[in-house]
Amino acid sequence: MQGLQTNYLTPTGREEAWRFTPLARMGGLHDGTVVRSGESSLFLRTGLTSGVTFAQVAPDAIAPFSQSDDAVVLHARSEVTAISHLSIDKGITLAEPIYLGRKSVAGEYSRIKISLGVNAHAKVILENSGSTILGEDLEMELGAGASLTFISLQEWSADTVYSARHHAILDRDASLESIVVTLGGSLVRILPTVEFRGEGASVSLNGVYFASAGQHQEHRLHVDHLVPRAKSRVNYKGALTGDKAHTVWIGDVFIRAAAEGTDTYELNRNLLLSDGARADSVPNLEIETGEIVGAGHASTTGRFDDEQLFYLMSRGIESDDARRLVVRGFFAEIIGHIGAEDIQERLMTHIDTELSRVGA
Amino acid sequence: MSTLEIKNLQVSVDTEAGAKEILKGVDLTIRSGETHAVMGPNGSGKSTLAYSIAGHPKYKITGGSVTLDGVDLLEMTVDERARAGLFLAMQYPVEVPGVSVSNFLRTAATALRGEAPKLRTWVGEVKDAMNALNMDPAFAERNVNEGFSGGEKKRHEIMQLELLKPKIAILDETDSGLDVDALRIVSEGVNRAKAANDLGVLLITHYTRILRYIKPDFVHVFAAGRVVEEGGPELAEKLEESGYAEYVTQ
Ligand SMILES: Nc1ncnc2c1ncn2[C@@H]1O[C@H](COP(=O)(O)OP(=O)(O)OP(=O)(O)O)[C@@H](O)[C@H]1O
Ligand SMILES: [Mg+2]
Repeated sequence: MQGLQTNYLTPTGREEAWRFTPLARMGGLHDGTVVRSGESSLFLRTGLTSGVTFAQVAPDAIAPFSQSDDAVVLHARSEVTAISHLSIDKGITLAEPIYLGRKSVAGEYSRIKISLGVNAHAKVILENSGSTILGEDLEMELGAGASLTFISLQEWSADTVYSARHHAILDRDASLESIVVTLGGSLVRILPTVEFRGEGASVSLNGVYFASAGQHQEHRLHVDHLVPRAKSRVNYKGALTGDKAHTVWIGDVFIRAAAEGTDTYELNRNLLLSDGARADSVPNLEIETGEIVGAGHASTTGRFDDEQLFYLMSRGIESDDARRLVVRGFFAEIIGHIGAEDIQERLMTHIDTELSRVGA
Repeated sequence: MSTLEIKNLQVSVDTEAGAKEILKGVDLTIRSGETHAVMGPNGSGKSTLAYSIAGHPKYKITGGSVTLDGVDLLEMTVDERARAGLFLAMQYPVEVPGVSVSNFLRTAATALRGEAPKLRTWVGEVKDAMNALNMDPAFAERNVNEGFSGGEKKRHEIMQLELLKPKIAILDETDSGLDVDALRIVSEGVNRAKAANDLGVLLITHYTRILRYIKPDFVHVFAAGRVVEEGGPELAEKLEESGYAEYVTQ
């Protein structure tokens, strides 16, 4: 049974969902051949407060789960027997963010569920680091009127492979703000996906990525407007430098026939800092009803804006410093929203280091 | 005492139909303390002159020279020209997303002065410069020119002029987009910079309005890529009445 399922699922690279991914570098996450220790890397950094629980639970205890046809998610679901479940009770408003971290585990499939009860409000920061091969199924479920800020940081070691689906399910009037930051890793493939189940819910999905020579960073967004009056905003910004730096951004937004009053806009900007890097950017909007508030997308990929550099340099600022200011500014728009000074500083320092390394 | 000397300057831009000549031999000399007004019809090449002197990459110099105190400016990079003492207040100041005004000003001052300004005096310096131009201190935390109104952008340019203390300033239509009060405030800023640093000014404008506040020593009429007439302040008055017809048809 297991074997059959595995064969059936294994991507060949010709599938739409895999056509940009170098399967040979997936570390066996896509076909189940990854060597895993059986341990779970996820741990809670911060203490628990009243109304918050963090526990390992059997899948049956918190089913049902969302549908997925992603090979890595399906492997994770068929293997993992304990889900890391972070739960915030209804009506709870957390004053401080909850930090999740990783301890060192060489190879792993993982399942995480973050549940917010009705009218619960929380901020969760997932700090991913270390050297590993990790396939993950992460689900966030927001009750009616709940709000979640979810920040995931990819500060992986240079050899890490991380393939994950970060799936959000929103009930009526719930809201999600997510910030995905991808800097480290050899291959990072994240599927930030959204399923609106109740009217009036909203999401703001933001991301920044910086790919250096040889890195593959893929972000495939999928926002499904199934119900009326939901709102989605997507803003992902990336910079690339060095030979064979490759980024992929896919923005699939579906507005179903029932989704009247939908308001959606998605944006992806890529800054090419050198030759030899490649940014693929594919916005895709499918609309089945005309009764919407707005729907749009924009995608740009280009080099430095000459006018900006000229303006800065005309004030005496040297070319290298002007470029650094522009790139910092490019990322600051999103990183500045993380709201944790130490993290923001750490990420900007990382970007500065990358920039000075390539002499941009 | 500084001198900006423009001799027989010829400039073209690349277009889809090939190189297009815009400046066809411009001669102008601006010394410290002098104010030169340049007036001319739309499209005559005034901004091209300003950008070419500052070193904008879009413009190709095909002939002539520009020197500051005898040193060839055209051989320098854009930032080197600024550090040599040149300032350009742009007709359309550029938005730089994510870069705060305060960070930008400090980076510029550090580059121009060769060392970072002392923090405790610097903060006061910026505050004074903003106050002098009636700018809300909140602008310091906003991104450079982002979402600024037309008039706010121009004030921001002149605030930089006062703060960065160049030897020679080119002001490209600094007056356009300003209301009556802002025009006076901005003009006073230019006059303060002139008085404080013996600034030489090349002032590009369409209207004599600003010349009532900033008194020109010389007025140059610009048409079809060259200076076609020169005179004193009275020339500006004459242009206001009779327009450029006689220069454009010649
Ligand atoms: N890329 C280009 N292709 C074709 N023509 C160009 C290009 N760039 C500039 N020009 C032309 O160069 C000429 C001079 O432009 P410039 O901006 O210097 O005029 P100006 O005197 O500053 O005008 P205004 O008073 O409207 O500001 C204009 O006719 C303009 O159309
Ligand atoms: Mg102009």
